[in-house]
Amino acid sequence: MEAMLEIRNLDKSYGATEILKDINVSAEPGGFLVLVGPSGCGKSTLLNCIAGLESISGGSIHIGGRDMTHVSPKDRNIAMVFQSYALYPTMSVARNITFGMKVRGVDRATRASKLQDVARQLQIEQLLDRRPSQLSGGQRQRVAMGRALVRDPQLFLFDEPLSNLDAKLRVEMRLEIKKLHHDLGATMVYVTHDQIEAMTLATKIVVLKDGVVQQIGSPAEIYRRPANLFVADFMGSPAMNLIPARTSRESGGTRIEIERTGGAPVVLIDTRNGDLPEEVILGLRPEDIAEAGFRAGEEVQEVKCLIDMVEPAGADTFVVSRLAGRQVTARLHSETTAQPGSTLDLAFDLGKVSYFAQDTGERLN
Amino acid sequence: MVDATPAPLVNPRAGQVALRWLLFAILALFALFYLMPLFVMITTSLKSLDEIRSGSLVALPVQVTFEAWRTAWSSACSGIQCEGLRPYFWNSVALTVPAVAVSTLIGAVNGYVIAQWKFRGANLIFSLMLFGCFIPFQVVLLPMARTLGFMGVAGTIPGLIFVHVIYGIGFTTLFFRNYYVTIPVELVKAAKVDGAGFFRIFWSIFMPLSLPIMMVTVIWQFTQIWNDFLFGVSFSQAGTQPVTVALNNIVNSTTGVKEYNVNMAAAIIAAFPTLFVYAVAGKYFIRGLTAGSVKG
Repeated sequence: MEAMLEIRNLDKSYGATEILKDINVSAEPGGFLVLVGPSGCGKSTLLNCIAGLESISGGSIHIGGRDMTHVSPKDRNIAMVFQSYALYPTMSVARNITFGMKVRGVDRATRASKLQDVARQLQIEQLLDRRPSQLSGGQRQRVAMGRALVRDPQLFLFDEPLSNLDAKLRVEMRLEIKKLHHDLGATMVYVTHDQIEAMTLATKIVVLKDGVVQQIGSPAEIYRRPANLFVADFMGSPAMNLIPARTSRESGGTRIEIERTGGAPVVLIDTRNGDLPEEVILGLRPEDIAEAGFRAGEEVQEVKCLIDMVEPAGADTFVVSRLAGRQVTARLHSETTAQPGSTLDLAFDLGKVSYFAQDTGERLN
Repeated sequence: MVDATPAPLVNPRAGQVALRWLLFAILALFALFYLMPLFVMITTSLKSLDEIRSGSLVALPVQVTFEAWRTAWSSACSGIQCEGLRPYFWNSVALTVPAVAVSTLIGAVNGYVIAQWKFRGANLIFSLMLFGCFIPFQVVLLPMARTLGFMGVAGTIPGLIFVHVIYGIGFTTLFFRNYYVTIPVELVKAAKVDGAGFFRIFWSIFMPLSLPIMMVTVIWQFTQIWNDFLFGVSFSQAGTQPVTVALNNIVNSTTGVKEYNVNMAAAIIAAFPTLFVYAVAGKYFIRGLTAGSVKG
């Protein structure tokens, strides 16, 4: 299937400052592409480049199979939702939504019927005569979406559309965007710094850092097999445990030794992964460290650990231990009897382990 | 007042009331001081010359007469011509209205470009325009006279309009730029995606937002241009002089008796339009000066 959005070798620089370096990304028709990364990573700039609001220094952008690299925003057949909503302050909701059609010379009757369709879809029919200043944050968000929907574009672009909403509304709107994507079957590109939004919405995630793509993959791939230390640390909450370790070959597998103060080193045997350098960073998600007896599997190995802290979080309880000078978080069931200062047998599931090179941070297994 | 404090010697409420009255009294005194000249102007303009000579400066007119106003408006002499302020007043209107409109409009477009369509060198151009605001006008008189001559509009009202537009643009740009810079850039981006171009965005989105700053600019420009004397006296000739120049001529060319009543009436007539503009649009002036970002 031909990609709806195809970005090839895109470079963007302001003078001598390189903002984006050799970006290659594509989105399939009906896909939900999320660009995620910390602030300043270039994700919003990339979105503006896709929209044509920023010119690019090199490479090409194809939308719907057409080369749009030098086409102006209005002719790219896109619609965009902004972080600040960017509603026209002096226009009513109805005029906000129909402004684009009016500019493009769509006749009055079509405008009115499209407006009604979109208003019904977003349940904002009773707001059409109001000004943006008379709306709540969530309502403004809906109007901004309406302005995009009415365009019926090939590509929807979202620039952190939920970051101005409060936590509860954010979760609601997130679900609604997902539903909208499902109902419309449209292709969407979505920028966020929130890795949970990225995980829940995306069919494909692009992780960016300092203008360089770190990894592209499905949410599951990104989560389970992060390509480097940055992605491992950035995606997931609480973050992946990243523990320095030493390895050595041994009959039956790789022996992994983790230093700890006030006790013998932790020793684990990995039977699957060989050929590791001597020094590695071992990565395990909190949910892959459980209380002994609660996790079964060939690669599960139990280790007695001193518990520093216990954080009950309702559904789960997080316990924090210290290995190799790092805090290591384990996600336990909520009925655990773990107490700070006491020891507890923890089950490490090496079936889920990631190894990273200590010098480059790249994934090893 | 908290109950725990020891009882003051006087009733605290009475003290406050006294303080408030003192405050009012002081303010009234200042207002009186400030309005005194206007009072003298108005009363003098309503007196006959005989009464002015015999009476006190601050006394109310015994017999109110509008004769001086009539003279000032239609028959006071400046030099050899005795047609009053009337033709010059209309000269001023004919030059101020277009000059204000054009300089405000250009300032709005300039401010829009500098604030929202950043380009290389935008800040430099803005700085130069700001610099232009503070050039003493005496410096430009000769070069401007040459320019007007070259353009063939020396001594005409269009020439004066041109001069006022040029020297107004610095301030009008400053006003609009500072106002538009508070408007989020995403608004322009959204409109671009919607398909609107440079001027469409300006007319449909920025202009409707601009009423407060428009009022500030119009009041400012109107006052500056209407009250201007230097350009008016330098770049006009008999018949095209603005009202300020005519007022000066009337006051200075009286032979024999000083017609104080006529002079006062003429001065009030010349000052009236700026007062009127401020009275009509003044509330926007305060609002526009303090207007901040546009939420929504």
